[in-house]
Amino acid sequence: MDFTDYTFQVIAIGTAILGAVCGMLGSFAVLRKQSLLGDAISHAALPGIAIAFLITGAKDSNILLLGALVSGLVGTFWIRGIITKTHLKSDTALGLILSLFFGFGMLLLTFIQKQPNANQAGLDKYLFGQAATLLIEDVWLMGIVTTACLFVLLLFWKEFKLLLFDSDYTKTLGFNTKFIDILITSFIVLAIVLGLQTVGVVLMSAMLLAPAAAARQWTNSLGTMVFLAAIFGAFSGVFGTVISASQNNLSTGPVIVIVAGIFVIFSFIFSPSRGLLFKQIRFMKNRRDLELHKTLAFMYGIAETHENISHPHTIKLLNHFQGFTKKTLKELEEKNYIKISGTEWSLTQEGFDTASNLYNQQSKNDE
Amino acid sequence: MNNAQIEIQIIASLVAIACAIPGTFLVLRKMAMISDAISHSILPGIVIGFFITQDLNSPLLLFLAAFTGIITVVLVEYIQKTGLVKEDTAIGLVFPILFSIGVIMIAKNANDIHLDVDAVLLGELAFAPFDRLIWFGTDVGPKSLWLIGGILLVTVTLLIAFFKELKISTFDEGLSASLGFSPILIHYGLMSVSSVTTVGAFEAIGAILVVALMIAPAASAYLLTTDLKKMLFLAVIFGVFSAISGYWLAHFLDASIAGSITTMLGLVFLTVYLFAPSKGVIAVMYREKQQRLEVSLLTFLLHLKNHDELEERHVNHLREHINWQKVRAKSVLDLALKNNMISVENNIVSLTNKGETFTSKAIDYIITNEDDQIEDMKDDFFLFRG
Repeated sequence: MDFTDYTFQVIAIGTAILGAVCGMLGSFAVLRKQSLLGDAISHAALPGIAIAFLITGAKDSNILLLGALVSGLVGTFWIRGIITKTHLKSDTALGLILSLFFGFGMLLLTFIQKQPNANQAGLDKYLFGQAATLLIEDVWLMGIVTTACLFVLLLFWKEFKLLLFDSDYTKTLGFNTKFIDILITSFIVLAIVLGLQTVGVVLMSAMLLAPAAAARQWTNSLGTMVFLAAIFGAFSGVFGTVISASQNNLSTGPVIVIVAGIFVIFSFIFSPSRGLLFKQIRFMKNRRDLELHKTLAFMYGIAETHENISHPHTIKLLNHFQGFTKKTLKELEEKNYIKISGTEWSLTQEGFDTASNLYNQQSKNDE
Repeated sequence: MNNAQIEIQIIASLVAIACAIPGTFLVLRKMAMISDAISHSILPGIVIGFFITQDLNSPLLLFLAAFTGIITVVLVEYIQKTGLVKEDTAIGLVFPILFSIGVIMIAKNANDIHLDVDAVLLGELAFAPFDRLIWFGTDVGPKSLWLIGGILLVTVTLLIAFFKELKISTFDEGLSASLGFSPILIHYGLMSVSSVTTVGAFEAIGAILVVALMIAPAASAYLLTTDLKKMLFLAVIFGVFSAISGYWLAHFLDASIAGSITTMLGLVFLTVYLFAPSKGVIAVMYREKQQRLEVSLLTFLLHLKNHDELEERHVNHLREHINWQKVRAKSVLDLALKNNMISVENNIVSLTNKGETFTSKAIDYIITNEDDQIEDMKDDFFLFRG
């Protein structure tokens, strides 16, 4: 694979920009619990592409994308209409619009394919996307949209953030929540439409979600999350392009999605504060500490009945007690709570004090 | 109509019924998007099954694909349980990744298998009658007819056998658990049926359009009734109607049958969405307008009750003081006159006896919020019925 190849460079830059803008806007979708909106919008864009082609007869991707944008927005607002005007829930509304628009789009696509003008080839690339068809003009368009998006994000940062975490408060402060809401949703639709050519209708939602879901695991700050999501998205784009270019028969879209998926899995497992691995380690440590305390408390119970607290007892005495293992004994000895000589143990003064205060000094939290 | 056409319509109708039944419960349980996830993520199962059997109709493929569907559900629930992301994000992450794996598996083995992603996603009902099932040397009909017929039979049997359990666990999970029906078992049962139906239907109408057949009839029916049995019945009717009319639409347009069926489903939903008697958009908007008018009326009457001065009760003052538009002021005035709440003399508005009592009652109601005070007012106004 020749990485200095012009076409390759164009595609790599294109997918990187796409990943970045999707990551940025996806963060908002994920945090607003609108993750599946992306899926619905991308499917809803399909009839727009077909109708734009039917009207203009042009294959110019900008016109087709404009059609996609309009149809995506129509879908989005219909979803809102269904949720606010009827008692149908959001999942039903999303599923409805997604499948109905997609089906209608398929009807139009097959209708177009049977038309006599041979100009129609290439419409089905929007189903699964073909990064290979990206031209430098498309990349420019992506760049412009991303810049605009970045500009709006910075301009309305405070409002977006406020709306995200406390929409009622935003309203009481006098912000036009409807406007902010429509603004951010429109940009999400725009990002999705941009990605259709590269990643395709079916997989576009993952492009939006995966970088954001991965970024969420590493931080609790919105700014950092948006930034990280953009980085993850861009890297998914570039890696996906490299991998698919180095192999035959690999379309770029699915590979990018899988790379993004790997980012997510890695973040789920290895994130220090939320990750499953460290959570499990913390869990095990807590359990061990608890067992240690349990054993110590049991020993304390025995030692209490003797005048000399350091009176030695045989280890066998502990055998029926669950929390005890050789390891816990050793650990207790290391902490200087007990002394072990042969098959006998005895509490030290320190161990006695710790044990007596075990359950009434929770705030001390020495273990 | 020739034989093939009749067979296509029968297959389409059976698919519609088989989808509408689990779809109704998915919509009621707020799990509609799960069907979307299943329909995408069965792809790797189908591909692996196809590697092994080389036959799209083999039971093993069906089993493997349905199993992938269940795995999707389990994975989504597992990710959700970790608390790292919300449920919708979990769904949105799992199915595209599984779908991508399927697409890549197909792409890497494009030379060995005759399996097209398009075919899986979109299906081709027009070819269904040509794949015949030969049993002891006689032609007993298209394979997919038997396949979907079998699935439908199982679904209906399960529905009749477990109707009570399904109903209770859908509407009151806690009650169902306390009565001894495991909601988890019912949940996975429903998921299994949905997976199997999706797999069985994908060849005929394509995986994504299964979603349309599951959700759209159920959602349309839900706007018309709140009775579970009626809803199931209506969903089946809508599904079959769209299937058959969709077939003829495709026939005239010479386009994809699956796409046409979905378009018909869309039209059915749009009609119901707009015109449903009490829950349709038009009915809701009319009701909202009515309620707005009544609130205005009440404000107006209270204003009259509070003011004895002539200038405060002049018709034109109404607009200045309460800041209403001309049209709105007029419709409020008309409504009040129609109900004999006010009388107008020389452009001076005053409350009639009826208006006085009504306003006092309304104030009482607003202050105490007790329902029995307004029983006799309910007939005149929407406002007090809710």
